[in-house]
Amino acid sequence: MAFTEEQLVRYSRHIILSEVGGKGQKKIGKARVLVIGAGGLGSPIALYLAAAGIGKMGIIDADTVDLTNLQRQIVHHTKDVGRPKVDSAAEKIKDLNPDVEVVTYQKYLDAENALEIYADYDYVIDGTDNFPAKFLINDAAFFSKKPLIHGGILRFDGQLFTIIPGESACYRCIFPELPPQGIVPSCQEAGVLGALAGLIGTLQATEVIKLILGIGNPLTNRILTYHGLETLFREIKIKKSPDCPLCGSNPSITELTMPVQEVCDFNPLEAEKKDQ
Amino acid sequence: MFVKINGKKEETQAETLDALLKSKDIEPQMVSVELNNALIARTDLADSPLKEGDAIELLFFMGGGI
Ligand SMILES: [Zn+2]
Repeated sequence: MAFTEEQLVRYSRHIILSEVGGKGQKKIGKARVLVIGAGGLGSPIALYLAAAGIGKMGIIDADTVDLTNLQRQIVHHTKDVGRPKVDSAAEKIKDLNPDVEVVTYQKYLDAENALEIYADYDYVIDGTDNFPAKFLINDAAFFSKKPLIHGGILRFDGQLFTIIPGESACYRCIFPELPPQGIVPSCQEAGVLGALAGLIGTLQATEVIKLILGIGNPLTNRILTYHGLETLFREIKIKKSPDCPLCGSNPSITELTMPVQEVCDFNPLEAEKKDQ
Repeated sequence: MFVKINGKKEETQAETLDALLKSKDIEPQMVSVELNNALIARTDLADSPLKEGDAIELLFFMGGGI
């Protein structure tokens, strides 16, 4: 497949990079990426992948846009309030780059549909906001052997890392089980600086493009954490764990099931209030 | 003694990882703990003694994204 004149111009700043070139840009154009969550992280991920000319992008999100989303979910605009997030996102992606094939799934990822959806993609990016989803996304990536870029944000901090299933540390190598419900506050409860979502999502998009191109060092076996108030990046070395319940040598998780969160009485927000 | 917690030098009286978390009011279920680059199972926190110069990483769950 040869580039059109328009594509040569559109992607010229990529093609001029010796590590990308016409060959790399074609790889991007053939890549299929599943973006899970069209929210704070999913917005910059979807927009940058669209701008980069990704071949096929799947977007999965069951929700509709509400006014509180607009502080950080930059793929959605004021006029989109009330619309399904996947429709709003697909429209912006198509506006930005009609080359991109967009597939939308207005539903929640679950143990029944995950592997079937994953099968149509080469890479998966986690832009979700809850632990059952994050663990499910990790487990499904392991069972379908799809590289995954994990990301998470809270208040002023964020973290991300890349998982090559079976080769590098997975989410459960570090966090074997879900935290009990309520012990870790959500962005809804604790807030999040909008621009922080842009930062972490953009890093996730960068990492998937590196994987597609096969350039540089992937963010595997290390977690990159960002501390917004201190303007500080840190890297924490991690290892694939032989005791991992999923990818370890004696796994307890042998098929995909929906992870459940235990309920817990401890409320970190209340605890913090008492401290002050 | 002095230990390094998430890259920062801190003084602590805690003799085990479990005691260190308690002294910082951190519920063990909120974090994964690395001691000198090795992940410590939650059940082993109380049996993990600390010594001068140890490097501890507290990896917090971050569930946000949307
Ligand atoms: Zn693992």
